[in-house]
Amino acid sequence: MICLQLFWEFLKIGAFTFGGGYAMLPLIRQVVLAHRWSTESRIVNFIAVSESTPGPLAVNMSTYIGAETAGVCGALSATLGVVVPSFLIILLISGSYRKFRESPVVKGAMEGLRPAVVALIATALLSVAGSVFDVGNPLSRANLSGAVIVLLASFLCYKKKHPILIIAVSAIAGMLM
Amino acid sequence: MRRGTIGELFVTFCKIGAFTFGGGYAMIPLIRREVVEEKKWLAQEEMFDLIAIAESTPGPLAINAATFVGNRVGGVRGALAATLGVVLPSFLIILLIAGVLTRVEHFPIVQKAFQGIRAGVLVLIASALLSLFRQLPRRAFAYIVLAAAFAAACLLQADSIVLLLACALVGVVRNVYMTRREGK
Repeated sequence: MICLQLFWEFLKIGAFTFGGGYAMLPLIRQVVLAHRWSTESRIVNFIAVSESTPGPLAVNMSTYIGAETAGVCGALSATLGVVVPSFLIILLISGSYRKFRESPVVKGAMEGLRPAVVALIATALLSVAGSVFDVGNPLSRANLSGAVIVLLASFLCYKKKHPILIIAVSAIAGMLM
Repeated sequence: MRRGTIGELFVTFCKIGAFTFGGGYAMIPLIRREVVEEKKWLAQEEMFDLIAIAESTPGPLAINAATFVGNRVGGVRGALAATLGVVLPSFLIILLIAGVLTRVEHFPIVQKAFQGIRAGVLVLIASALLSLFRQLPRRAFAYIVLAAAFAAACLLQADSIVLLLACALVGVVRNVYMTRREGK
């Protein structure tokens, strides 16, 4: 039952993810929190694990959440769900993809979707920040070390360092502080 | 179609899935090298088409690419082989890691590491956000949709999928209207 639910929810996520792995985050958050499959901070942990292991971010996240929720059956259902929409859509349009791309409907839909994706990721970023920092107690030790790590990671990101390095440095800094 | 092509598709995309980190655009150089230069399954120009299609269809870029190349080379069976290939390595690795992590995550040192990692991931999300924002067309329409969607998501707690559908619809209506007007 829970596997069917995972399949269905990740099918929807797969069908509405435009713009790569991080575009999936708002959709995953909403579904996972609504079903109480996991917590906000564990979702952020999943992102780190998915970035540090090979393969597409979206597949890694789906497999991880599926596995955490319902074991191997859950992992299979969630991964299958996230893959099926793109698979079918590419098969459908591959004969006439130039026409598909030039169609005013597709172009228009993308013009509306791209800013919407940015807005959703911004919203997700705000709530993730709320789970990393304790707003009620701004000068707490955890907040200060969090701020130091954010500054450090921002510097590495600005220097175009690889995400895995940023995650590793943040982990070490977290252990030391 | 040559014999053994299905197997070759599977192995090639397994390699692509096992050796790229982060997915998405990080995968394009490896896909290009394997598919265009080594196996000559696609011409360079088709590779550009592939990226453009992946951008305007939903789902992970890696899946779009695997299905597209597999179908081009070996029909539906080829698409299945390539897609299965690109998914399998991550699937197995994550299953393994998920099992290990649930066992160690209650250790205080692991919890502290993840506390640090979450602050780092915040930066990664912000950086993905910034790069998608910079890629938006510099037009009033994009900024209006962005502001409206942000308000609806933050203040009204609108459902993400409903919000995406509504914004797509607004884009379609506007574009079809403008195409008609130009036609006249």
